[in-house]
Amino acid sequence: MNETVTLTPEELKARKRRNMWLALSLGAFILLVFAITVSKMQAYSLLGISAQ
Amino acid sequence: MVDVTASHQRTASASDYLALLKPRVMSLVVFTGLVGYVAAPGAGDWVLGFAAVFAIAIAAGASGALNMWYDSDIDLIMTRTRSRPIPSGRIDREEALMMGLTLSALSVVTMYLAAGALAAGLLAFTIFFYAVVYTMWLKRATPQNIVIGGLAGALPPAIAWAAKTGSLGIDPLLLVAIIFFWTPPHFWALSLLQKDDYAAAKVPMLPVTHGAQATRVQIFAYSLLVAPLAVTPVLTGLGNMIYAAVSVLGGAMFVFLAYRVLRSKAGEGIAADDKRARDLFGFSILYLFMLFAVIFIERGFA
Repeated sequence: MNETVTLTPEELKARKRRNMWLALSLGAFILLVFAITVSKMQAYSLLGISAQ
Repeated sequence: MVDVTASHQRTASASDYLALLKPRVMSLVVFTGLVGYVAAPGAGDWVLGFAAVFAIAIAAGASGALNMWYDSDIDLIMTRTRSRPIPSGRIDREEALMMGLTLSALSVVTMYLAAGALAAGLLAFTIFFYAVVYTMWLKRATPQNIVIGGLAGALPPAIAWAAKTGSLGIDPLLLVAIIFFWTPPHFWALSLLQKDDYAAAKVPMLPVTHGAQATRVQIFAYSLLVAPLAVTPVLTGLGNMIYAAVSVLGGAMFVFLAYRVLRSKAGEGIAADDKRARDLFGFSILYLFMLFAVIFIERGFA
């Protein structure tokens, strides 16, 4: 037997807001990891150039 | 198919989740961490520096969420904490636990990626120390809870220092020691005013277990420790002329206010005397802020 939960309009609105913040946080984390990676790669390539 | 109504309202907003991260504690930790990063030798990398300080902030928030998850029973009893998201019913305990664990993992991984194993290890230790050693064990077991537990709040400058340099030294440890010895008089000044709250929640804070008089003596004793300790960065070269002046004058004021508390009946229900504890509490925040702000200015703009 399947059960569904009926959310009130207020709960739906709150869920939508939570999901939006979660998506934004996830996006920000991905950007941060990308920026760290680029920064590290730059540092390593500079090390490589100075070693040559 | 059966249609059922939700068992309880789930209308928590982003600000409720933010409150779970103890943003005021976070801001202090971010500030001291930032100063640790700026004060550490070397040019640094602003992206990696931002990532390291951000990881410290998230770890502090995660620790706050884990603390609120575990302490929701006593938070419900105490007036100061009754309106927090869990006791007020806006967020489930399990949700706070999951949020705390997830953010802990994310912060340590971010720190590892940005700054390596030492800083990430220190960060993981800090979360563990605050959530497990302080919250789950010391807080309900001993009046020395905030003395030992204060280490968690003191470590951020050293973590940030390690993130920039990959090592530790006497200077970051001095910064840690200053916050460590500053914490008891700062916190006990507040707990003198909230003695009844702690007693009702059966939290063995010093004013509850040993009384207001013993707490006032301890506050004064710690002020005598922290004031000269705060001057020592001048000896190692971490602080310069402005720091010397601020640490000496600030330390003298701190000891003076602690002495006023010692000579008062603060914590015994007399409003005029309680004000002395409130004054010390307020100044203690300004004092620590000034010490770290001056290091930030002297080292950051040197």
